[in-house]
Amino acid sequence: MSIDWLVPAILTIVTAATPLVFAAVGETVVEKAGVLNLGVEGMMIMGAIAAFATAVSTGSEVLAILAGAAAGLLLSLIFGVLCVYLQSNQVATGLALTIFGLGLSALIGHSYVGATFDGLAKLDIPGVSDIPTIGPLIFGHDVLVYLSVISVALVAWFLNSTRAGLLVRAVGENHDAAHSIGYSVMLVRMGAILFGGAMAGIGGAYLSVAYTPLWVENMTAGRGWIALALVVFASWKPWRAFFGAYLFGGITIIQLYAQGMGVEVSAQFLSMLPYLATILVLVVISRDSAKARLNAPACLGKNFHVSG
Amino acid sequence: MLIRLEQRPEASNIMVYVSPLIAVVLTILTAMIMFGALGVDPAKAIETFFIEPVSTLDGVAELLVKATPLVLIGVGLSLGFQANVWNIGAEGQLVIGALAGGGLALAFYGQSSTLLVPAMLVCGVIGGMAWAAIPAWMKTRFNTNEILTSLMLTYVGLLVLSYLVHGPWKDPEGQNFPESRLFHDSALLPILIDETRLNVGWLLALFVVVLGWILMSRHIIGFQIKVIGMAPMAGAFAGFKENRLIWITLLISGGCAGLAGVIELSGAIGQIVPSISPGYGFTAIIVAFLGRLHPVGVLFAGLLMALTYLGGDSAQITMNLPNAVTGVFQGMLLFFLLASDVLIRYRVRFGPPRVKAEAAE
Amino acid sequence: MHFKSGFGGAVALAVAAFGLSTAAEAQMKVGFVYVGPIGDHGWNYQHHQGLLELKKALGSKVTTTHVEKVPENADATRVITKLASTGHNLIFTTSFGYMNPTNKVAKRFPKVTFEHATGYKRLSPNVSTYSARFYEGRYVAGKIVGKMTKTNTIGYVASFPIPEVIRGINATYLSAKSVNPKIKIKVVWVSTWYDPGKEADAAKALIDQGADVIMQHTDSPAPLQVAEKRGVYAVGQASDMRNFGKKAHLTAIVNNWAPYYVARTKAVMDGNWQQQNTWHGFKEGMVKMAPYNSAIPADVVKLAEDTRKGIIAGTIHPFEGEIRDQAGKVRIPAGKRADDGLMAGMNFYVQGIDGTIPK
Repeated sequence: MSIDWLVPAILTIVTAATPLVFAAVGETVVEKAGVLNLGVEGMMIMGAIAAFATAVSTGSEVLAILAGAAAGLLLSLIFGVLCVYLQSNQVATGLALTIFGLGLSALIGHSYVGATFDGLAKLDIPGVSDIPTIGPLIFGHDVLVYLSVISVALVAWFLNSTRAGLLVRAVGENHDAAHSIGYSVMLVRMGAILFGGAMAGIGGAYLSVAYTPLWVENMTAGRGWIALALVVFASWKPWRAFFGAYLFGGITIIQLYAQGMGVEVSAQFLSMLPYLATILVLVVISRDSAKARLNAPACLGKNFHVSG
Repeated sequence: MLIRLEQRPEASNIMVYVSPLIAVVLTILTAMIMFGALGVDPAKAIETFFIEPVSTLDGVAELLVKATPLVLIGVGLSLGFQANVWNIGAEGQLVIGALAGGGLALAFYGQSSTLLVPAMLVCGVIGGMAWAAIPAWMKTRFNTNEILTSLMLTYVGLLVLSYLVHGPWKDPEGQNFPESRLFHDSALLPILIDETRLNVGWLLALFVVVLGWILMSRHIIGFQIKVIGMAPMAGAFAGFKENRLIWITLLISGGCAGLAGVIELSGAIGQIVPSISPGYGFTAIIVAFLGRLHPVGVLFAGLLMALTYLGGDSAQITMNLPNAVTGVFQGMLLFFLLASDVLIRYRVRFGPPRVKAEAAE
Repeated sequence: MHFKSGFGGAVALAVAAFGLSTAAEAQMKVGFVYVGPIGDHGWNYQHHQGLLELKKALGSKVTTTHVEKVPENADATRVITKLASTGHNLIFTTSFGYMNPTNKVAKRFPKVTFEHATGYKRLSPNVSTYSARFYEGRYVAGKIVGKMTKTNTIGYVASFPIPEVIRGINATYLSAKSVNPKIKIKVVWVSTWYDPGKEADAAKALIDQGADVIMQHTDSPAPLQVAEKRGVYAVGQASDMRNFGKKAHLTAIVNNWAPYYVARTKAVMDGNWQQQNTWHGFKEGMVKMAPYNSAIPADVVKLAEDTRKGIIAGTIHPFEGEIRDQAGKVRIPAGKRADDGLMAGMNFYVQGIDGTIPK
């Protein structure tokens, strides 16, 4: 059997991984600031409908992506106000955010079922994109794929090498200390939450304008939860989250290709593989307990209030 | 800032009861605006959501049936949450518990015995515990984050269910459709009120609420849970074994979820189907927090949450509102309830902070 | 009770004209229970189209109610009970998993009429079952894809290995094989009815492995969109999906529930509803083909149409012997046609299909 399918298979994996990359990297920043937002699924689906509605009515892909980001951001604003300023429990608020987002997106999306538009075009650089193998692999993606890689690089650089990034980490590590030095814990956390919301929104937008350019209810189909898992899986490191997304996407896609080749495994067992693999990798990396503890933001999930 | 929060010296007892009322009133006001915007009579919509569902005996029975798994799981989870053990995989534990109990019913198909139902319930508890034991073992042995392992195991559990109902446990006379045969009468939970589905499961849920309350307020384990949750260092200093509490809380929450699963099967469904639970394991997390991690609070939160689902049915049936409205409505209610908790521990103050004002003078 | 004589009829009409029937008509409430969102553009969407046409056809004589996203578990019984106890005279439950809940509720409400889609249990006299012979549509589509493929490979995005889906795969294969002996069919199971992303991925995997026509037994238009982008053909599912891929969309197997819904509602109103097990196909209009793509050569369109007309006339049957299973065992002897029982429980691949049905 020829391996002509290999390059397109990798392209498929890239498409499957990209929405996860956006959402997971955004959530990494949120959690680094000490906030656990379980509402990723809700923010993604709002991003998906906002982007799709904008794309259909304006025809502009740039506006569509911006709308997706804005919708995710607005939803995360609710979460931020509740958790940061009104001290509500983060786990419960995040879950409520998902319920709300799924409902609201369905309500808004009602009139967009069945609408279509062409979808985000692949990059096409004459000459370069046509080089066999390397051409499509490196230059054959849509613009959001490149943006996702850039955003991972930027977030990694931001968290590790900038003063502001240090501040975010400090707030996540020990909010009382950060406060006593004179930084606004609440402001930093709000910023991180809004960034995470916008990124989840773009991840959702990717689904409805690039992955499958259409709108149907619940189209995120659990990807927000997987993104959340990836953040912990990656022990809060942006590049690890990136590779985690590709690993997860890879296993899902490869099992589909394996079926096409006639590999006989139970469908349920094949579908279990990504989850089992995640657990396994997680056990392996967390065995080194000192290292795992070092990365976990110490104040994750704990609310902060200026006392006195 | 002109409006600010000031921490109360101690939690307000009045606000514990008043804040949920404030939240409900705010939800109703906001919802009325939303319904008005959608062109729906707001008063009628509110009545449809909150009153119409429980205006009949059948409705009340259904409310209790719907609340049973939420309360059961919510009580179990709240113990772990107080000890900072984040089991968010109750959905998977529910499914495995249901399979353990349901499998027993299928194995003894057709045999009438009064012992079958109790045995199924025990199997359900054990099944849920076994599934929760995996994250407990990984957490204590490898320090693996239980949020993630329990969540991943939920997906695995759902696929195990899918495998069994599509494969070995399929109804032999069922034309190959993915569901088990109907349980025979000896495998069904006794019904409490004729012509309804209200079953013994609700009593078990109430019993678990009482047990949970006793455990938390009267038992040394409850005390340890609270201490570890508030100050892990102090707990370690006092000689509480953190690993032991991780095991205990995960096993209890897993067992409650498993029990809920088998009650759902044997009480409300009557056979094994591909989707046993519409996400009770996740909804119960919200219920646990709405009930402020207190067993009695969880009981009320579970009833309220169940009511919003029944209200969603009514809104669709009597007012032709889309299902999506229910999600939005539930989301708003939860936002307000969660936000209003702030009033218990904080005071709302208007005007600039006093300290600064004095400094300025 | 029916008045057969002219005089009786006149009396009945007169009574009807003076109010009694207005009361009866006002009471005609029809409820629908959907398993997913109406906005899925697939299975539930099509049932809802049936509801809308029912309203159009009967106007003010009928009020309709629908409840969407009702899970196939304890919730189903609650919702169906609620419909039955709020004055609905006729309730359509539109997913297989509602079978036992429907029968349970029907026993409790003997005066309410129930119609359950795709099931086989009718335990009380007030329950009927209905389904569509989708495999007839797949048999017609099979002729087209068999002729249109250049790589001789059909890619099939499948949901779950239940008889309904397996029957569709077999019908497609047998039909395509009859016009193209070199045909191969590749099946990818996605274990979901509804996940646009995963459905799209499966379609991509199939295309990358040589399939140049995509069939699907999942609900979203995503596989069709992928086909459009990759420049291959596809056959839509449940509804006319032309808008999602104008070049790729060869045709679609359309579920058309409206005629049945109108007929059954009228039957209840007229008092002549009877329990039955309905399995309708092209003949009764429950299955339809969407308009054929202009890229299909005229002779292939004719072949497809002849097949369709043959099925209606009864001269063609998709499962006509001799048909063997993969092990070579004769399942349908030569000259015989599969009966409904065999088709309803079909759990084997026919000879020639590679791969095995997942357990």
